[in-house]
Amino acid sequence: MANTQSMCTSFMQQLMVGEHQLGTATLVSRTSLTAPTTDTLKAALYLTTATVNASTTAYSASNEVSGTGYTAGGVVVTNATAPTSTNASATAGVAFFTPSASITYTTVTLATAFDAVLIYNFTQSNKAISVHTFGSQTITAGTFTLTMPANTTSTALIRLATT
Amino acid sequence: MALVNTTKGEMDEALLEKKEGFVDNDNEYTTWVEYWLDGELVHRSAHVQLKKSVGLKIEAASFG
Repeated sequence: MANTQSMCTSFMQQLMVGEHQLGTATLVSRTSLTAPTTDTLKAALYLTTATVNASTTAYSASNEVSGTGYTAGGVVVTNATAPTSTNASATAGVAFFTPSASITYTTVTLATAFDAVLIYNFTQSNKAISVHTFGSQTITAGTFTLTMPANTTSTALIRLATT
Repeated sequence: MALVNTTKGEMDEALLEKKEGFVDNDNEYTTWVEYWLDGELVHRSAHVQLKKSVGLKIEAASFG
């Protein structure tokens, strides 16, 4: 068993049918014709013994970390930055998105090693977006902070690029 | 006096042994700090800075 960093395959299909609203609300909501809403994203941590990867379709509590101060499902991801796109040429461009703040689990004790975070859409039935891995960690009466990569065309957390 | 949250409640940092470290590779830059009391780990925090994105390539097919 191992966790693998990847965009979740189901997320790609769901983008095509407009199931996700990342960043600041720019589209009329699927549930309201007058008031745009932003989906709530959450971040859940997974044990090194878990298997979260491209085939993960939704958040699951199976093999999620547990411990003092940690609530199943993880924490809300600050989701205030609108996705951006830019063209590099007449045939190539990149759309990219990074949550606007670090993901922080404050005053937790997570005694069993974990090495992955699943970003998922809490508003849309916990549908999986992406998996990000890092070196194995434990936390003891402390804080675990995940800082996002810079929101650029080459390093943003989620990138969609033409070939 | 700096206080540190520990498994035994808030303690004066001066009473604890502090250990720090980091990991720097293509995927992450991670720092961690531990506080020990008489050989017992009473606090550990970590800060992971992700460096890599997950990317998706999009291709438009040609007609004909």
